[in-house]
Amino acid sequence: MAELDIKDIVKEENIVYKKTSVLTDNVMHYCPGCGHSTTHRIIAEVIEEMGIQDKTIGIAPVGCSVFMYDYIDVDTQEAAHGRAPALATAIKRLLPDRYVFTYQGDGDLAAIGTAETIHACNRGENITMIFINNGIYGMTGGQMAPTSLEGMRTSTTPYGRDPGLMGHPIKMTELVAQLPGTYYVTRQAVHTPNLVRKTKKAIRKAFEYQKLNRGVSFVEVVSNCNSGWKMPPVQAVKWLDENMLPFYPLGDIKVPEM
Amino acid sequence: MEEDFVLMKGNEALAEAAIRAGADGYFGYPITPQSEVMEYLTAAKPWERTGMVVLQAESEVSAINMLYGGAGAGKRVMTSSSSPGISLMQEGISYIAGAELPVVVANVVRGGPGLGTIQPSQSDYFQATKGGGHGDYHLLVLAPSSVQEMADFMPLAFDLAFKYRNPVMILSDGAIGQMMEKVKFQPQRPRMKEEELPDWATIGKKPERERNIITSLDLDPYRQERFNRKLVEKYRKMKEEEVRYETFQCEDAEYLFVAYGTSSRICQKSVQLAREKGIKAGLFRPITLFPFPEKQVGALAGQVKGMLSVEMSAGQMVEDVRLAVNGKVPVEHYGRMGGVIPTPDEIVEVLIQKFIGG
Repeated sequence: MAELDIKDIVKEENIVYKKTSVLTDNVMHYCPGCGHSTTHRIIAEVIEEMGIQDKTIGIAPVGCSVFMYDYIDVDTQEAAHGRAPALATAIKRLLPDRYVFTYQGDGDLAAIGTAETIHACNRGENITMIFINNGIYGMTGGQMAPTSLEGMRTSTTPYGRDPGLMGHPIKMTELVAQLPGTYYVTRQAVHTPNLVRKTKKAIRKAFEYQKLNRGVSFVEVVSNCNSGWKMPPVQAVKWLDENMLPFYPLGDIKVPEM
Repeated sequence: MEEDFVLMKGNEALAEAAIRAGADGYFGYPITPQSEVMEYLTAAKPWERTGMVVLQAESEVSAINMLYGGAGAGKRVMTSSSSPGISLMQEGISYIAGAELPVVVANVVRGGPGLGTIQPSQSDYFQATKGGGHGDYHLLVLAPSSVQEMADFMPLAFDLAFKYRNPVMILSDGAIGQMMEKVKFQPQRPRMKEEELPDWATIGKKPERERNIITSLDLDPYRQERFNRKLVEKYRKMKEEEVRYETFQCEDAEYLFVAYGTSSRICQKSVQLAREKGIKAGLFRPITLFPFPEKQVGALAGQVKGMLSVEMSAGQMVEDVRLAVNGKVPVEHYGRMGGVIPTPDEIVEVLIQKFIGG
């Protein structure tokens, strides 16, 4: 039997999986099992597949994904907390032929940046908004988010979120779908292979639609925050399925009329 | 030629000058007494003339962050507001200073604190010259005293903003914003073409370069301190190269009014009135409030017997005058507040009272 050399295996025709060139080689700081890494990769793959790396400008938020620019290899601006849609508005209006996307967590998009979110959507800015909803403030150490579920324990709701005292979890995606300025609104998740494929399709559409100049494409990604939820990854994914998804059901909320 | 002059409000002149300066975008929110800026722009339709974008934001918070985004894309962007609105923008201005972005912010000052009044005031001197938001930074501050200067300082402000990659503030007040004077505009400057945009701008990563990142964040304390030192060096260079001022009958002056903007116009008349009474008064008018003309004021301290800082505030610029004079001669302050504008006569009376007696 002939000796099999590694070079005989590593050949272009044998590749079934590789890292997209739009992701850098930097080691991600995200916790194992976090949805940010997966979503970053999906965005990078979509940018590579569409061939728009030289035309894309990303806006990073404040929160765990503040360092998005370390990982996705596109020109990027780091926004003040909640203000990403304002930055994106100006960039897109000043450079209308570029692809502009925001990437925001729930505290950023649905609490401190509510006004910027609603009004960018209402003006129908021709941008893509990616919204990571894990129901908690991850980077600051697990405080209550606007999307924290009723009864959910966080570092600022140690006895569980009491809607009578702390308000109800807010469904931003359903809310922005009501505005005439949004073109495509969907809710996805990335904790199973099948859902990753669906999310990739959704994010691809959300970028493609910028060519049509019809308004905001808004993709919510329901995600897990293992550290913030204080759960090991497998348990966090199970908790997501059993608790987050019944309240934040997956699927398209607004699709373009054909 | 006479026909080149037009009669206009200061706010309108600022707006027209912005179009002619080749501005790419204006983002603002209405507030008295500066709403004419956006009203003029939306009526003038510069998007048809030069392609300039004009957008009414949902708040001053959003407007200043639109500036961050636009400036980060290398574009000439500006906003205008008045005191309470400028306070709302301070977070964004700090980020803009931290990300080293060139923007122009016009503050048509009204009296405060709080909602205060809609009448003119100079009570935002501290906020404008000492940073305004959080962190160690400065704006470059230009103080026009006429409608003509509202127009002239607009292209200058853009040039300085890009020269230093730093926010520039045009600090006027409700009087200059609202009053009408004749003004002559500079010819239309072209907007920057794509190939003229700065190489740090986020306009899409070309294969031949690294990605551009606009941020004010660095978690490494030593790198952040290096960056802070870079800013300090930038402000030192501004002090060396950008000090602007005007003197009026200072040559033989024994007493000096120090005043900027609206107050400096009034003080010109006070100089004349004082001289009619046999008092050799002069006027020193800082045009840049940061960098403050400290060397020039310090030099005049060797010549005069006293200085009176005249401001429509409780006494803000007087602190910089005292620092510049460094105890060589007495420095006094006279201010009116709440939207009250002092008269030339009362200023002369105060000069006599504080320095000469009578």
